[in-house]
Amino acid sequence: MSHRTPLARVEGLGSAHSGTAHFWQQRMSAVALVPLSIWFVVSLLGLVRADYVAAMDFLRAPINAVLMILFVVTLLYHMTLGIQVVIEDYVHSEGQKLTLLMLNRFFAWAVGAVSLFAIFRIAI
Amino acid sequence: MAEPRPLSPHLQIYRWPVTMMTSITHRATGVALAAGTVLLAWWLIAIATGPDAYAMVRTAAASPIGLIVIFGFIWSLAFHLLNGIRHLAWDVGLGFAVPTAVRTGVLVIVLSILLAVGVFATGYGVAP
Repeated sequence: MSHRTPLARVEGLGSAHSGTAHFWQQRMSAVALVPLSIWFVVSLLGLVRADYVAAMDFLRAPINAVLMILFVVTLLYHMTLGIQVVIEDYVHSEGQKLTLLMLNRFFAWAVGAVSLFAIFRIAI
Repeated sequence: MAEPRPLSPHLQIYRWPVTMMTSITHRATGVALAAGTVLLAWWLIAIATGPDAYAMVRTAAASPIGLIVIFGFIWSLAFHLLNGIRHLAWDVGLGFAVPTAVRTGVLVIVLSILLAVGVFATGYGVAP
């Protein structure tokens, strides 16, 4: 038996517009980023003094290419979710908010497309 | 929006508790790291482009400003990672008592600085 009022059922999720999906996805990507970002920093430490060929060889190794793809995608996803909350918290004009929320997504897709294109080009 | 109404309470009348400071810093470091994704993309594209483009990245990274920016990102990531783990602990209901939250907050600040200095020193050979 549902304890929700008829009004609540009609209005769905109300002014929140969404349920716990955002919260859950933010946490899930956070958990994934713990090992991925440690891997990323340790890897970069190995490349500080490395020349161009060593950097190429690093990303040509399938394991590193795959981990870099996972890192970039998870990072950008976690980032859009986080920046979205920042925008929703501080921007109160509806027009500006919608514009920034859109730009937030566009930014992530653009950085993601460029990064993945680069990784594929190096690794394949 | 209607006419601006007074905000209450004003930020400047607060004594800044550790929990508030770590919360705001978590957000600030998150925004900084978001900007850093552009540099990550630049690094990847440089490797894909060729030795000249990669040399440019290395020159920029080795410049004084480059080193400051790199240290800034290392610390931001260290803080966001450690404080993020603190948040995940809260999410499963651990460490909510105020004295505990203050202690873990101080711990995160200290550890993030130590970790950042350690990583930077490892990468740039300042350590023995």
